[in-house]
Amino acid sequence: MIAVIEYDAGNIRSVIHALERLDAGDVCLTSDPAVIREAGRVILPGVGDASVVLESLRRAGLADLVCGLTQPVLGICAGMQILCSHTEEGDADGLGIFRTRVRRFRPEDPSLKVPHMGWNELRSMKGPLFEGLPEPSYTYFVHSFYAEPCEDTIALCTHGVPFSAALRRGNFFGTQFHPEKSGPAGAAILANFLKI
Amino acid sequence: MVCKRIIPCLDVKDGRTVKGVHFVNLRDVGDAVELGARYAREGADELVYLDISATQEGRRTFTDLVRKISRRIDIPFTVGGGISSLEDAAKLLEAGADKVSINSAAIRNPGLIDELSTHFGNQFVVVAIDAACVDGRWMATTHGGTRPSDKELFSWAREAQERGAGEILFTSMDHDGTRNGYPCDTMRALSSALQIPIIASGGAGSIAHIAEVLSDGCADAALAASIFHSGEIPIPVLKKALIEQGINVRPI
Repeated sequence: MIAVIEYDAGNIRSVIHALERLDAGDVCLTSDPAVIREAGRVILPGVGDASVVLESLRRAGLADLVCGLTQPVLGICAGMQILCSHTEEGDADGLGIFRTRVRRFRPEDPSLKVPHMGWNELRSMKGPLFEGLPEPSYTYFVHSFYAEPCEDTIALCTHGVPFSAALRRGNFFGTQFHPEKSGPAGAAILANFLKI
Repeated sequence: MVCKRIIPCLDVKDGRTVKGVHFVNLRDVGDAVELGARYAREGADELVYLDISATQEGRRTFTDLVRKISRRIDIPFTVGGGISSLEDAAKLLEAGADKVSINSAAIRNPGLIDELSTHFGNQFVVVAIDAACVDGRWMATTHGGTRPSDKELFSWAREAQERGAGEILFTSMDHDGTRNGYPCDTMRALSSALQIPIIASGGAGSIAHIAEVLSDGCADAALAASIFHSGEIPIPVLKKALIEQGINVRPI
């Protein structure tokens, strides 16, 4: 069973639909600690403000639970950012799984737009999440804040500055892009996560 | 570098796609979900679905359609048409829409932009501006270009950005349906006046028009309808041509 953690806001439906398209078995949208603990895979979806997502997770009493999970966990977009040590968005401390900080894009080149929105190239892709994918692969991003590259970085992307397109530490994975919205490449990445 | 996006736009009435020339003389071009899936497979980067149903029943059908699109389509899609409240938008988000496009309702009630971006994030809010050039000034119109407003294009776009819009979808009513190309000078000026991405819409008649608006026009994305629906310019052919011209689009 795959547990998709339910928050207050954001397009969570599309993650569930992407898992259904992969015939991923039972998918449960939940904030029940027992269900999350028992799940074979846990997904932290994320659309919107990371500090709001963090606050919602803490209010539901799920922050410590998430940090202690031992099964494969995937944070998507804001769901990845909350797993970092700190975010400039709302100046909030994250859950501290990934050893990096989240900063706001402040491009010097005025032709670079914020939010960083659209398809962009993944480079320096490594590990099981990207098995079988060509480099570069293209995935869909939409975000105004980015995680700095660090030792946990498993894919890079560039928007004025290089940033972590994906992170991994142990059983925790994170993607800044939306695999559920990234066509066949995104579907392959989700399928890889389900095989880990 | 982030790729320039190609966005087919599907006008939907009672669950089926139609495309109007100047929004009249509608011609049915098929099933909305199947057509969207075909575009996604062929390399479209996003889709826009506009509900042009005028009835309550048509609107309900549209929400059901959004749910079907979200189940089937694996690229981002925006929905628009008749969204005038937080509740309207919440229903579409719940059905699986990635973004909503608001137009006349934002002009009537600019606070709607703040409300939607506060609740759902600015990535969720596309402000569509249908503008026409009147005595040298670009003025926004409402109701599909049929009514004038007191909003000047540039100041309105900047206001929308400040209120929390994530993107501006700019349609020139002077070019829409003409197939003579986009107003590239205006597009470039608008792009440099804004920090958020802009989508150019209305007027594409050839590959050259799209290439021009993405390069000289500095648009972040190009939206078109009839040239795709008619099968005249298949998306793979368009993308190949753009890549050959050095324009950064996602290869298929």
